[in-house]
Amino acid sequence: MTPLDYEYLRKLLKERSGLDLSADKQYLVESRLLPLARRSNLAGIPELVQKMKGGAEMLTSEVVEAMTTNETFFFRDKIPFDHLKEAVLPALAQARAARRSLRVWCAASSTGQEPYSIAMLLKEMTALFTGWRIEIIATDLSQAVLEKSKAGLFSQFEVQRGLPIQLLVKHFVQKGELWQLNADIRGMVQHRQLNLLQDISHLGTFDVIFCRNVLIYFDQQTKAGIFGKISRMLEPDGVLALGAAESVVGITNLFRPYPDRRGLYQPSTAPVARAGAAHVLKAVASAAR
Amino acid sequence: MRTCLVVDDSSVIRKVARRILEGLDFQIVEAEDGAKALEACKRAMPEAVLLDWNMPVMDGYEFLGNLRRMPGGDQPKVVFCTTENDVAHIARALHAGANEYIMKPFDRDIVTAKFQEVGLI
Repeated sequence: MTPLDYEYLRKLLKERSGLDLSADKQYLVESRLLPLARRSNLAGIPELVQKMKGGAEMLTSEVVEAMTTNETFFFRDKIPFDHLKEAVLPALAQARAARRSLRVWCAASSTGQEPYSIAMLLKEMTALFTGWRIEIIATDLSQAVLEKSKAGLFSQFEVQRGLPIQLLVKHFVQKGELWQLNADIRGMVQHRQLNLLQDISHLGTFDVIFCRNVLIYFDQQTKAGIFGKISRMLEPDGVLALGAAESVVGITNLFRPYPDRRGLYQPSTAPVARAGAAHVLKAVASAAR
Repeated sequence: MRTCLVVDDSSVIRKVARRILEGLDFQIVEAEDGAKALEACKRAMPEAVLLDWNMPVMDGYEFLGNLRRMPGGDQPKVVFCTTENDVAHIARALHAGANEYIMKPFDRDIVTAKFQEVGLI
């Protein structure tokens, strides 16, 4: 790959997805795009770039997808899900008792392990949410990963990384070499293609937003812009979960971290005195002790 | 340092498991069948057991039943690690007192995730 090819790909990826590749990421581009080039019967990345420059729109979309698809697994990092189970969801169950509805958004949901983890968690908490309208919206830039997510089919390796064995037995059936989530869990998650760089306000507002391990690939300005959009889509007493390596510090003042609770954030404007917010804060604080 | 008893009739599997678990700061004791594993538990009860199912002399399922009936035998976290990958076997293992279940083949990520799941890491 020539330096010019790399620059072309960097610029295109920045424009299309916001992905901010530093100058030293040629290895990443090669490892992700070489298999795609070979599948497309092209000799290598220079030929792939040539074809993209010629206007191969489908191929260009595949390149963006290949570069932005990231690893995920069930109950990744465990802690945010423990907070959800022990504190956030019980608190929201109280705070939303009158309207009996809950909206959760998994941004950059990839192949579905994260939204399905939340769905299984909610299923385990049926007693709190019987008769509620629960919406889990899973979005991703890549249509290909959304299709895989919708099918709910996972390899033996995938179901062994983070998924407790009891949940595997309870919520999956074997399909040959693969494991498929039961229809009731799959039915709890709605899938939509979405580019975080574009207008996303049509999704509405949410009580819980998981936006983990995606902002790390964006530059500061893009991150700040996305935080701005998310802040308008999160209920005042809602909860934002970021990845273990991500933070709002130095990027935006729109959210504040919960002290000693890695990964969870609340809008800075949250009226702590409000009943709902107080429930959430109190419960999260006690769970963290 | 905590101890993990690795029970498998394959020396290759025991070696692979030892390498992974030593990397997770466990001291390793090995046994090649369920009977030898029980003797090891009588000498010193480990904190964790990584357990194969099909073995000569005494299989993993029988070992687990005996272990759970021993004084202090309810303490070790037992993680099955076997080629038996159907729901019926998994359900039997859980019913017999297994804490987690790994379907072979496995790698470091899977062992780490399962040991985290049962609070060993």
